[in-house]
Amino acid sequence: MACLRGAVAETANSSSGVPPISLVRRITDVFVTCSAAAAVLLVLLPLAAIFAYLVYKGIGSINWAFLTQLPKPVGESGGGMANAIAGSVYILLIASMLGVPVGIGAGIYLSEYGRNNFGNLIRFTADVLNGVPSIIVGIVAYGLVVLTQGHFSALAGGVALAIMMIPTISRTTEEMLLLVPQAIREAAYGLGVARWRTTLSITLKTASSGVITGVMLAFARVAGETAPLLFTAFGNQYWNWKLNQPTAALSLQIFNYAISPFDEWHRQAWAGALILIILIVLSISAVRVAAGRGMLKGVG
Amino acid sequence: MRTRFQQGLDELRARLLRMGGLAEQAVDRACQAYQDRDLKRCHLVLENESQINAMEREIDELAFDLLAMQQPMAVDLRFILAVTKINSDLERVGDQAVNIAERVMDMAELPVVELPVDIPRMAAASSAMVRRALESFIEGKAELAQAVLEMDNVVDRMRDEAFITLVKTMNEQPEKTRQALDALLVARNLERVADHATNIAEDVIFWVRGADVRHNVPQEPAAAAQEVPEAR
Amino acid sequence: MGVGIQVDKLNAWFGKTQALYDISINVSANHATAVIGPSGCGKSTFVRCLNRMHETIPEARAAGRVRIGDIDVYNGTSAVQIRRRIGMVFQKPNPFPTMSIYDNVAAGLKLNGFRNRKQLDEIVQRSLTYAALFDEVKDTMHKKSGASLSGGQQQRLCIARALAVEPEVLLMDEPCSALDPISTGKIEELIFQLKEKFTIVIVTHNMQQASRVAEFTGFFLLGKLIEYDKTEKIFTNPSDKRTEDYITGRFG
Repeated sequence: MACLRGAVAETANSSSGVPPISLVRRITDVFVTCSAAAAVLLVLLPLAAIFAYLVYKGIGSINWAFLTQLPKPVGESGGGMANAIAGSVYILLIASMLGVPVGIGAGIYLSEYGRNNFGNLIRFTADVLNGVPSIIVGIVAYGLVVLTQGHFSALAGGVALAIMMIPTISRTTEEMLLLVPQAIREAAYGLGVARWRTTLSITLKTASSGVITGVMLAFARVAGETAPLLFTAFGNQYWNWKLNQPTAALSLQIFNYAISPFDEWHRQAWAGALILIILIVLSISAVRVAAGRGMLKGVG
Repeated sequence: MRTRFQQGLDELRARLLRMGGLAEQAVDRACQAYQDRDLKRCHLVLENESQINAMEREIDELAFDLLAMQQPMAVDLRFILAVTKINSDLERVGDQAVNIAERVMDMAELPVVELPVDIPRMAAASSAMVRRALESFIEGKAELAQAVLEMDNVVDRMRDEAFITLVKTMNEQPEKTRQALDALLVARNLERVADHATNIAEDVIFWVRGADVRHNVPQEPAAAAQEVPEAR
Repeated sequence: MGVGIQVDKLNAWFGKTQALYDISINVSANHATAVIGPSGCGKSTFVRCLNRMHETIPEARAAGRVRIGDIDVYNGTSAVQIRRRIGMVFQKPNPFPTMSIYDNVAAGLKLNGFRNRKQLDEIVQRSLTYAALFDEVKDTMHKKSGASLSGGQQQRLCIARALAVEPEVLLMDEPCSALDPISTGKIEELIFQLKEKFTIVIVTHNMQQASRVAEFTGFFLLGKLIEYDKTEKIFTNPSDKRTEDYITGRFG
């Protein structure tokens, strides 16, 4: 350990008049630095391992056919997950259209008008909702939408995912709005701008990049959820663009294939998992790029 | 609060009072020298003049410093401005004392003659005015300063009377001309001393009341007449 | 162009604590009036009551009569309407960070529905000229963000923004306290010129600034107006001993 030797040397050469840092302190410093580095590696290792393993297992199965074809019936080889990929996008779109406005709206209410007990109640509820296991959210959506409609549907899947997005989006929106300095709001009030207008056109706009980050994080989180879709979207072997019909989803398809006894399906499940991870990484990277381009100029 | 500033103000006050003392002393010495024809006293007056001049410079410097560095306001600002003006007036008083001393030295070479003027009485009045003006500064009392303003008329009248009688003397008894002339000049010096004392009083009123009472129309000095002390 | 302000028995509270006691004052039109006093004396609160900004603080309220020109501030008009007639500049420059310089100046108009592009251009140019900022930003005002300017420029931008809605009164809450001496000097110069068109009330804890820019000065202490007079009188020979103690630094 060269650094240790250096530490000892430093403590020995105390002729410069500056009191030497004790040996113990230097050793502690080195130890803690090394531990921190090790911790980072410990965290990154499983991530890298998963990714590497997925690539290893799945890359061979990804081809044009996989990305564009429907699943083939049991027994036949070939086919793809095109409908699952499209279905995931479709369901996530519905979820976003439901969850994002509600989440942002809740966040706005909580930060601008909710500094009171009622607001605290809502915050508490959102936190609880955040912690509810995803399968239970799925069952709730089943009860609310599927039973009412009489069939599984993309809408039900969207509702389930939206419910999971809302607490995250609302919390992040609230935090980001609170970061906007009161001075900015006062500047708007001073100009005779009404409160609601200030909130939407000034405060929200200033916090917009942070809010968008929150939305994308919520999006990335629900993108890979499987349990809520089990009893809601249910899955589909064919294309579906209707709101009230069962729809395929990537996570569902991976699940179904993985627990099946067929090797062919296992192979496709690996490929599907890799695609899913890639899509999630892409969407988070999009957030980073947007942030780097200066969309975060409003806050901080 | 503002201890350094307060210390500066106190220092300024103390120095001005010291200077006032020196000026007062110079006038008293010069007047005494006139009465006793005392050349030694005259020399003392001349020697101390440089001290008065040095003090004037010091006081102006300190005042300037306080103005620049301490941003005085209101009463403090008026005080410092008043001090600079009083400073200048006191230095002039010192100058007048020197003039009187020089007159006395001139007169000492001449024979003593009888002159129908009471210079000592005038000297006492002027000297009293300077003292009263400085007192009003020490006490910070505008009423005392006001009293000084009223005494000025008395001294002015005395000078005018002296002027008339001395001119008459010079016309009727030409052999006394030089002594009369000297006496006239001394009378004028004393009147100037009184004027400076008046200025000092006006400055005190400016400081205390914030009122500029300079160049006012003089009032009837009826009450002030009793203030004039008898010749010593 | 500017109007006078008559305040009659203005009281203000923060929750249960009273901050202003029976303030009565007549601010002259087209003059600059300074409001001075030690910390916590209520001078900012007073000024914020004039355009009902005081109410934006939760549990804050004010009572009394304030007339600005012909408007009764507390009776009859909404707070939002009042604030369109009265401009405010704050202690720390606060341009809208997501908007360009142009948009910042136009904000007061655009956010209230004004759309005519040509007129907006004119108004923005005029306001920036009033604020002595136009020459410095005329080439970049559409591209550069409001927050990219220096402190002194930002404050002038905020002044331009306030002036763009053509208020009759301009309230300034310690506008120079976050600025360096040169920027301060420029803004003081500006206030001097703005007096011709606007009535200005400026809160300042810097007495020398009050004496430099304002014709009238009001001294506040513990929520009360102690003395209100011409600035020279206040600073050379104030009538109230408390005023004198404050300005000569003998407080406490």
